[in-house]
Amino acid sequence: MAITDYSIAAFDIQKIWADFPILSREVHPGVPLIYLDSTATSQKPLQVIAAMDEFYRRSNANIHRGIHALAEESTAAYESARERIAAFIGAATPREVIFTRNTTESINLVTQSWGRANLNPGDVVILTEMEHHSNLVPWQMLAQERSLRLEFIPVTGDGLLDLDEYARLLTLDPKMVAFTHMSNVLGTINPATEIIRMAHEIGALTLVDGAQSVPHLPVDVQALDADFVAFSAHKMLGPSGIGILYGRKALLEAMPPFLGGGDMIKRVELRSFQSNALPYKFEAGTPAIAEAIGFGSAVDYLADLGMEAVEQHERQIITYALERLEEIPGVKVFGPAAEHRGGVASFTLPEAHAHDISQILDADGIAVRAGHHCAMPLHTKFGIPATARASFYIYNTLEEVDRLVDGIYKVKQLFA
Amino acid sequence: MDDLYRELIIDRYKNPQFRGELDPHNFTFEDDNPYCGDHIRVDVRVDDNDVVIEAAYSGEGCSISQASADLLIEFIHGKTLDEVKALTKDDLLELLGIDLGPVRLKCALLSLKVLKAGAYGLGKDEVSDDLVE
Ligand SMILES: Cc1ncc(COP(=O)(O)O)c(C=O)c1O
Repeated sequence: MAITDYSIAAFDIQKIWADFPILSREVHPGVPLIYLDSTATSQKPLQVIAAMDEFYRRSNANIHRGIHALAEESTAAYESARERIAAFIGAATPREVIFTRNTTESINLVTQSWGRANLNPGDVVILTEMEHHSNLVPWQMLAQERSLRLEFIPVTGDGLLDLDEYARLLTLDPKMVAFTHMSNVLGTINPATEIIRMAHEIGALTLVDGAQSVPHLPVDVQALDADFVAFSAHKMLGPSGIGILYGRKALLEAMPPFLGGGDMIKRVELRSFQSNALPYKFEAGTPAIAEAIGFGSAVDYLADLGMEAVEQHERQIITYALERLEEIPGVKVFGPAAEHRGGVASFTLPEAHAHDISQILDADGIAVRAGHHCAMPLHTKFGIPATARASFYIYNTLEEVDRLVDGIYKVKQLFA
Repeated sequence: MDDLYRELIIDRYKNPQFRGELDPHNFTFEDDNPYCGDHIRVDVRVDDNDVVIEAAYSGEGCSISQASADLLIEFIHGKTLDEVKALTKDDLLELLGIDLGPVRLKCALLSLKVLKAGAYGLGKDEVSDDLVE
């Protein structure tokens, strides 16, 4: 679609659109794409695609043990990506930055390695009612195995965490507080610094699900004072199949390995092994090398834009989107006011199910998601089986919000 | 889209003809589509020759899931249990008269899955997509 929207000043949207060829395709004959599903996965700029392409064209080799030129180039590119990602999140050293497959695997690494080594029957773990299944089910699995007690910080009617109740839960002496920094359904940006400070005061560790915050907000793991942070490349302009677990060095060093195999060892005998140093100890087997390199290029792209500008851009869009959506009769948007949320708006209509909304919008090229967005307990809490979710990123415009609103009026007409 | 939202489907969604619950019934069954929270229950009454004399469905979900249930329940009136057990995905799609992508197909097939699971007298954890291949 032609972009006529220059009203958002955070950065040059024309230039961004030129970097994302997919945004200029038609999804049906004559119908251009309006991509409002970046919370599920973001689109990828040419720079990221080119970095991966270049790796396969010029440098492809397995990393770490080869002594030939390609192996050295590949290793250097892979480790350089790790360094740039570490700098992007403000880690003290790249050794605290472990490549995984995605946020989900990062969290499972913590539950299976740290959790099994440190949690005993009756121990309390605090989560929240707004968690994605990937920060819920791994803890449920561990709780079953280890007879843990899971407690949940409640979500208030306007989609915020109830911090008074959190303070009360902390008197149960939890060992771990694991929470999402930003909800993928409500868009709520949780007060992570405060949650972590309160946990540390009573000696609990913290895991931050950064799947939505790291792509959309400035996140500095040392300023947060987080113990673990998990996030995925594919939601922040990078490829699928690669993610990060950040962990404080002392914690990671004390943890047993997660998966066993090549690369994660220093020395192997027939009946025993010695683990490798960080970060390799947690990177068993050949990793997603091209994807790591693509991820490095993605954080370069975001760092060039500046995460403050990214946040500001999305704040303007969501402020406008909430205003426009709430003006449609019957539309109910879940979650807090724009000042407490990122670029996510999940909504329902009385006349039509989320699937129908999404399908009808698709006819106009508008991609939104419909369902429970991997947060069934949260939907149960709000008493709804499903919502339609529009989500925004660096390439979205106010004009696209207008198209969304036009589309919703069409749905209303059809189901009137 | 116009095709998908043909009048028949919107009409059956807004003005269902076989919504409700039957008590007594010879069998009842219910299940969800975990991806989207669609829920369907069917209640069926048969005569001494195992011919369906009355049937109804209840539940919630998108227009495709609910309209397909309404059309399916209408269709099985007067059919034998064996005929009901033999129904296929294609039979249901013919009733709906539309082509569906993989996601919406699940919505459409939920009612058939529930109906056949009930007809076969399956337990809650014996239901599988094999019923609607
Ligand atoms: C808040 C949150 N946590 C975790 C995840 C899981 O991410 P992934 O599927 O990349 O592991 C997502 C993505 O949907 C998310 O939004």
